[in-house]
Amino acid sequence: MSPAPDDLGPVRVRIPTPLRSYTAGAASVTAIGTTVGEVLDDLDRRFPGLQFRVVDEQRRMRPHMVVWLRGERCRDLDADVRPDDEVVLMQALSGG
Amino acid sequence: MTDRLSTMSDSDVVLRIGTRKGAWTLTADTDRRCWTLSAPTFLGHVVQHVIADPRDPARVLMAASTGHLGPTVFRSDDGGVSWSEATRPPAFPTGDALGRAVRRVFWLTPGHHTEEGTWYAGASPQGLFRSEDHGETWRPVDGWNDHPNWSTWAEWPDVEGTPDGSMLHSVNVDPRDPAHLYIGLSGGGVFESTDGGADWKPLNRGCAADFFPDPDVEFGHDPHCVRLHPLMPDRLYQQNHCGIYRIDRPSDTWERIGDAMPRDVGDIGFPIELHPRDPDVAWVFPMDGTDVWPRTSPDGRPAVYVTRDAGGSWTRRDAGLPDRAWFTVKRQAMCVDDGDPVGVYFATTSGEVWGSADEGTTWAQLAAHLPEIYSLEVG
Repeated sequence: MSPAPDDLGPVRVRIPTPLRSYTAGAASVTAIGTTVGEVLDDLDRRFPGLQFRVVDEQRRMRPHMVVWLRGERCRDLDADVRPDDEVVLMQALSGG
Repeated sequence: MTDRLSTMSDSDVVLRIGTRKGAWTLTADTDRRCWTLSAPTFLGHVVQHVIADPRDPARVLMAASTGHLGPTVFRSDDGGVSWSEATRPPAFPTGDALGRAVRRVFWLTPGHHTEEGTWYAGASPQGLFRSEDHGETWRPVDGWNDHPNWSTWAEWPDVEGTPDGSMLHSVNVDPRDPAHLYIGLSGGGVFESTDGGADWKPLNRGCAADFFPDPDVEFGHDPHCVRLHPLMPDRLYQQNHCGIYRIDRPSDTWERIGDAMPRDVGDIGFPIELHPRDPDVAWVFPMDGTDVWPRTSPDGRPAVYVTRDAGGSWTRRDAGLPDRAWFTVKRQAMCVDDGDPVGVYFATTSGEVWGSADEGTTWAQLAAHLPEIYSLEVG
């Protein structure tokens, strides 16, 4: 059973440069959540609009957006996030 | 963010330029001879369309995305000096039965003059969205997006049918009736609603669809740009993938006025622009639609063509344009001002802006070396 959000410690989230306009320039912020999706939901509460640039309205990670979690690429919003994890948001650059 | 718009006077003419790498403005005094290019705004963002609200020109909307980030709309209430993001950008409902997600906000149109704050947005895939608060929040136009025929009309899910994907564009609002709307789908055709977007019907009779095995189809056409004349709202012009057309309602049949173009130039192109006071006058920028469809100036000899008799005849206008150049002008990259004589402008995918202060008779380059230009609007 997942812990209640109030029992969670924050996880660290690294913000790529294209999204730092939402975090007042911060490269790293904290967020609460037991899954990638919950972390993104919490980020969006604190930094409105950020999530929609990463996840579409059908709750799918946008193409070429990726989360790194425990050293692995992850595009599953239901993936578990542990209190000591670092969530790295990344955008692939392509196309010139 | 700031740019030199903060120093504008009421008499300045402003061109808003949307590019693959940001937005710029060009500003001139009313003589339209000396133009000043601004610093970039949103440098590096993909700016599909920037357009001011004619009901309140200090309000400007921008359709943008950024690299692989999701699409959104930025809005300014001070002529482009500062910008904020829509708190609810255009999006299909979560849980949409077709699983649609907006990949690109392609087109922005201010709403009816009696409906302050209303805007329409066309998207890829071919969704239609409406804002009633100056672009701050957007809601789907369900009558279009959820129309029983939408999947067929919008070629869903074959949204990669064209290299840039299918898009909804050319939202035209009848100035006599805010519930009377026309839209264009590339591909899909022209569609009309007389009930504020609750229901829609194709309006393509007479238009060629040469790319189909059976070109005599009710929909599936490829209008590139559709313009309704504000002083004669029953008259619409269309630059189509297969030619130039005009319709005078209540007729439901388009007339191919591009047949009057020179045969060696043809009537293929993307934009079409109308004289703000004379419904018989329109400008097009022909491009090569032969063999593999280069869609550059035919024979590398760029020219604007103007009709002054509603398409009965066309006159070449190339004074001042390069003798040889292979320009491509996208559907949102041509515009006119309301001066007398009318100023006509176009912008190229090679980053050049050209203008004419005499209704297209003579041309001058207003800017060069910009990124690929998607859109050009006055205001």
